Amino acid sequence: MKLPGHASKLALSDEILMTIEKPARYIGSEVNAVIKDKEKVDVRFAMCFPDVYEIGMSHLGIQILYDMFNRMEDVWCERVYSPWVDLDKIMREKNIPLFALESQDPIKDFDFLGITIQYEMCYTNILQILDLAQIPLKALERGEEDPIVIGGGPCTYNPEPIAEFFDIFYIGEGETRYRQLLDVYKENKKNGGGREEFLYQAAQIPGMYVPRFYDVSYKEDGTIASFTPNRENIPASILKEIVMDFTDVPYPLKPVVPYIKATQDRVVLEIQRGCIRGCRFCQAGQLYRPVRERDVETLKKYAVEMLKNTGYEEISLSSLSSSDYSALEELVNFLIDTCKEKTVNISLPSLRIDAFSLDVMSKVQDVKKSSLTFAPEAGSQRLRDVINKGLTEEAILKGSAMAFEGGWSRVKLYFMLGLPTETEEDIRGIAELSNKIAATYFEVVPKEKRTNPVQIVASTSFFIPKPFTPFQWAKMCTKEEFIEKAHQTKRAVLEQLNKKRIKYNWHEADVSVMEGVFARGDRKLADVILKAYKKGCIYDAWGEYFKNDVWMETFEECNVDPAFYTTRERSLDEIFPWDFLDCGVNKEFLKREWQRALDEKVTPNCRMQCQGCGAARFGGGVCFEERSGHESTN
Amino acid sequence: MKVRIKFAKYGALRFIGHLDVMRFFQKAIRRAEIDVAYSEGFSPHQIMSFAAPLGVGLCSFGEYLDVEIRSHQGSEDMLKRLQSVCVEGIEVLSVKALPQKAGNAMASVAAASYQVAYKNPEKSFRGYEEKLAEFFARSEIMITKETKRSTMQVNIRPGIYELFIDEEGAIVMKVDASSAGNIKPSFVTDAFFAYAGIKTEPFELQTTRLETYLNAGTAEEPVFEPLDWIGEEF
Ligand code: SF4
Repeated sequence: MKLPGHASKLALSDEILMTIEKPARYIGSEVNAVIKDKEKVDVRFAMCFPDVYEIGMSHLGIQILYDMFNRMEDVWCERVYSPWVDLDKIMREKNIPLFALESQDPIKDFDFLGITIQYEMCYTNILQILDLAQIPLKALERGEEDPIVIGGGPCTYNPEPIAEFFDIFYIGEGETRYRQLLDVYKENKKNGGGREEFLYQAAQIPGMYVPRFYDVSYKEDGTIASFTPNRENIPASILKEIVMDFTDVPYPLKPVVPYIKATQDRVVLEIQRGCIRGCRFCQAGQLYRPVRERDVETLKKYAVEMLKNTGYEEISLSSLSSSDYSALEELVNFLIDTCKEKTVNISLPSLRIDAFSLDVMSKVQDVKKSSLTFAPEAGSQRLRDVINKGLTEEAILKGSAMAFEGGWSRVKLYFMLGLPTETEEDIRGIAELSNKIAATYFEVVPKEKRTNPVQIVASTSFFIPKPFTPFQWAKMCTKEEFIEKAHQTKRAVLEQLNKKRIKYNWHEADVSVMEGVFARGDRKLADVILKAYKKGCIYDAWGEYFKNDVWMETFEECNVDPAFYTTRERSLDEIFPWDFLDCGVNKEFLKREWQRALDEKVTPNCRMQCQGCGAARFGGGVCFEERSGHESTN
Repeated sequence: MKVRIKFAKYGALRFIGHLDVMRFFQKAIRRAEIDVAYSEGFSPHQIMSFAAPLGVGLCSFGEYLDVEIRSHQGSEDMLKRLQSVCVEGIEVLSVKALPQKAGNAMASVAAASYQVAYKNPEKSFRGYEEKLAEFFARSEIMITKETKRSTMQVNIRPGIYELFIDEEGAIVMKVDASSAGNIKPSFVTDAFFAYAGIKTEPFELQTTRLETYLNAGTAEEPVFEPLDWIGEEF
C-alpha cells in the first residue's frame, strides 16, 4: 500500500538525524511555529540564540521578536540555534550549510541574521553560527549576497570585542525600531542600493550602531584615546531604544512550544521591565531603567490566553524583582485561582521572603520539597551597604524563622566573592550568616517537629565588574585571589557550630576571568576570539567544553594581556570602549554611586527617592510615579 | 470515562521520541480544552497510558493512548477539538470510549503490523515474493538476541503471524508486540535479508507501524483486532 508522509523537507538526512543526539532540535515543526509562503514575503529574517536549542528556546526575548516580526505581513522570521557539538562536526565534514528551523532553508539566503547576545561566553558560538552558515566571519568581508548580521541583547552594551563580526548592533529593546530598519532596507533594495548604502542609512536610525563607521585610536598605555565616527551624519553617541507603552506593546500570546524539554518549559509572563533597586554590581538594574510595569488586567488576560494556546502545565512570572511589582498580590491571587481550576503549577522566582510570599508559596508548592532562596550577595552588612543590596541580616533571619515555622527546612543562599572593598571579615560573614540561619531553625522548630533536618546551601560566584554599573571602574580579582577567597569561605564554614548543616559550593574561577575580560573588553579582543575559535573553542559557557589553556595560549600569541581588562585600576577619566553608548543612566550618576559605595553608603531605591540617574528623560515609568516615600528597602 | 485515542505520526515528527510524544499529548489535550482527569497531589498529572512506544525514526498509522475524562460532548466533538490542536506530522484519527472491563492500552497490546519499504521510490522488494514465502514457511527462524550479560538464540517464527510483499513492493508483517514476546520488525527483516542475500544500506529503509492489535480470541487461538475494536463512539 502507498503510505503518505515519509518524505518531509528536512535539511538533514535521515542518516544524520538518526545518529545525532536529540534530532528534535533540528526539525522545527513545533506547535505555534510560523510557516509562511517565502514567495510572498519581502524580508526573511533568521533569529538566532547562539546556544543549544533547549537553552535558546527558553529565551523570552526571541519569542517576543519572533512574534513581532511574524505579525508583519511582509516579513517571515524563523529561528536558528547552535548545532550541538555532534552535529557541528558532521556539518563541517559534509559541508552542510546552517539552516533555519521553519523552512529548513540555508541561513545564507536570508536577508537578515539577528543574533541575541545574552552572555559573554557565547562569543565563539557566534562565530560557529556564521561559519556553519557559510557567511564570512568578518563584516567587512561580506558581500552583497550575504545576510545583514545584526546583534542585540545585553552584551551589546559593550559590543566592542565582537564588533568586527557584526554589521549592525541594535542597542536597546527590539520592539521599537525594527519596522523602520526593515523599511529602509526594502527602500534601499528597491532603489538598487547595496550593502554599504543600507548600512550607512541604518547607522542614522536611532539605536543602531554600525561598527564600521567608527574609528578607535589608543593611547600608549592601551586605553582609548578617541572613538569617533568616520563619516558624516553618523552620531557620536547612541542612545538605547526603549518601549514606553509597556502594556500595549505586542506580546507573544502564542509562543512556540518545543517537543523536547526546554530549560524554560512553561508560560512566561513578563510583568515589568527594569528594577528600582540599584544594586551596584547589577548590570540589568541599570540597563533597563526606568522600571515600567505592565497593567495587571492585561496580564490576567494574557495568562489565560497563553495557557490555552500552549497547553503548558506551568506558568511563571518574569522580572528582575517580582516583589516590586505593585499589583503582585492581585495578580498572584488571580493566578492561584485560575491555575487551581486548570491544574496549572505556578512558579514564582525572585520573590522577597516575607509573610505574603511565604503564604503564596505554601499554596503553590510542596513545602517539604521546596527550598527558600535568599540572595544576600555579601556576607556582612558593611559589604551589603557597599553593593547597595538592601537585604538585612534581620530580614533574612526573620524570613527564615517564619519559613521554618511554616514547614520549610531547606535554604539556598547566594553570595559573591571578590566584591570591591571585600575583607576577610566579610567572607567570614558568609559562613556566620549560614550558621545563624541553621541556629534559627533549632530555635524555632521544637525537637519533635524536626522531621526534615535543616539544610543550608551557600553558593558563591565570583564578582565580575560590568559596563554601565557603578563598579565599572572596579578592579577584578585574579584567579588566584578568587580561589583563595573560596578556600577562606570553606574554612570559615568548617569552623561553624552547625557546619554539618551547611553545604558550600563555588563556581569555577577560570570562566569568570574570561567573562571579565570580555565584559570590559575592546576591539583588540576580536583577534583572540577568532583565533581561539579557529583552534576549536566553542560552547565556552558549558564547563565541559571550556578550554582555558587554549584561551590563555591564544592571548599570548595575540600579544593581549587579559589582566589589562580585569585587574587593572581604571581612572575616573578613562574613556571606556562602551562610552559612546548611552543606556539612559549617565556617567555622573555612576561615578556618584561608585563613590558612595566606597563610602559604604546605601542609596534609596527609585520608589523611595529618585536619584536623578538620567533615565527620566525617557518620559515615563517609575520616574513619574507619585512617591509615598516610606516603603521599606528590604 | 476512559477514551482511547488513535493517532498517526509521520514526516518530520518521526524524529521526536516517545517521551516527547507524551508531552505533546499532555499539552494538546489542554489546548483542546478537554475535561481530562488528574491525579491527586501537589503536581497533578493527567491519567494517561500509551500503547506501545514507537522508536525514533519510525512512522505509524496505528498509535494509541488512553485518557481518563470527566465530561464530554461526544466523540465527534472531541475528535474535532484534538485535530484542531495537532500539527503536521501528528494526526488524531479516532476517539472511542472504552468499556469498564477494558485493560489499559499498554497491557492490551498483543501484536502489531509493520511495513518496511525502500525510501527511494525506484527501489522495491518485488521479485522476492517467493523467497519470502519460503522463509516464512520455515518452522524455525533463529535470531541472536544480545542482552547486557549474554547472547541468546531465540526462535522468532512463532511470533510472526503474517509476512508478505504488498502491491508497492514493500515487506509487510504482523508480529507479536506483547511485552513478553515483542518482536522488532528489524529482527524479521535482518533474518530475511541474511536468508535471501539482500544487502541494504543503513537508513535506506523506512519502517511504518500500520496497526496495533489486541487479542480478541484466546492465547491458543488468537484473533487480532485493532486496539480500539473494543471501544465505541460516544
Ligand atoms: S530617574 Fe530616578 S526614578 Fe527614574 S530610574 Fe533614575 S533614579 Fe529611578
